Amino acid sequence: MSKSRTKKPSPTRGPVPTAAARAVVDHGFIPVRAKLIEVAAFLDRAERHAIADDFRVAALRDAAELLVDGKPERARRILEQLSDPTTEPEAVSSGKAALGAWRPAAPATAKK
Amino acid sequence: MRYIEPHGHMVSRTTDDYQAMVTAGCVAVCEPAFWAGFDRGSVSGFRDYYRQLTEYEPARAAKFLLPHFSWLCLNPKESEDLALARDVLAMIPEFLDRPNVLGIGEIGLNRNTRNEMTVLERHVELAVQHDQLILVHTPHLEDKLKGTNLILDLLSSHRGVKPERVIIDHVEEHTIQRVLDRGFWAGITLYPDSKSSPPRAVDMLEICGRERIWMNSACDWGVSDPLAVPKTALEMRRRGHSADFVDAVLFRNPHRFLSQCPKFKIAESPAG
Ligand SMILES: [Zn+2]
Repeated sequence: MSKSRTKKPSPTRGPVPTAAARAVVDHGFIPVRAKLIEVAAFLDRAERHAIADDFRVAALRDAAELLVDGKPERARRILEQLSDPTTEPEAVSSGKAALGAWRPAAPATAKK
Repeated sequence: MRYIEPHGHMVSRTTDDYQAMVTAGCVAVCEPAFWAGFDRGSVSGFRDYYRQLTEYEPARAAKFLLPHFSWLCLNPKESEDLALARDVLAMIPEFLDRPNVLGIGEIGLNRNTRNEMTVLERHVELAVQHDQLILVHTPHLEDKLKGTNLILDLLSSHRGVKPERVIIDHVEEHTIQRVLDRGFWAGITLYPDSKSSPPRAVDMLEICGRERIWMNSACDWGVSDPLAVPKTALEMRRRGHSADFVDAVLFRNPHRFLSQCPKFKIAESPAG
């Protein structure tokens, strides 16, 4: 019996995994395990350096919740969650480079 | 194995990369115009770059027996100066008849601004007027979804644009299906830290099918791997996909799209 405490993933297609299906885990598990530990260590590091409330770190924590919600299409849903949800072109550019997570523009300072 | 690298910024790569690509089975490389890492300051700066893409770089690639093709435009990152953009676009037709020029690209959006939209519209108009193929760059990271939607709406609303003659590049899991649903081609870019990895690229093929999709390394002066495309072939084979599947995605698909430009002629044919 699985020890997993997260919601059950969607059922697999057949009772006996094919060789190709086994290869998905045989070749994929170790590199992905390493990436997951990197995520954990990054979150620990951000806390240790008191920068855990940076909007990108917060976005990463929120995105990670989708990994264990038991629903499919995690990659698509995480990408969508990290995306700018607005639809109108920007009046001015906020710089050449994107940041990886969306942050609403700060409201203009009210004139005194 | 044979493959086409449909998107590589070879002016910023070394000759070692050319040698490695040809050794890995590359039979053609296509180079869209892109940003130099700084904004070019004048029309003559762009003219020199287009000469590099249409004269010097094909000659450099030919030393490795590799056919080299190019796409011309002003990059979305340089779209904020509308006056310069207008002058550069007026100069581009000087180069459209060059023997290695396939079309207009990579145009698109970067930060989804109004000025970028204006310059994108002008590029699309230029391509339609001159009956050119179009290669579109979609924005990075959090800007990709919104930018892809803006680009799809703009292209779909232009009556002169034929979706089968347009490739929307750098798709990911949240954008690929909407690009294919509208009849466009989709490009998957294989990058070490952003865009897609080989396993994710093969996931997208398994979910969305292999029609109207190509893969590229988009290698440039940043973190990128000029051998990302052939490395993805290994991931396909590990998953149990056939050599024919690999050939379809890495060679026949880009060949089919690019052959819509009569200047795309290479020794290798889809029949093998
Ligand atoms: Zn590019």
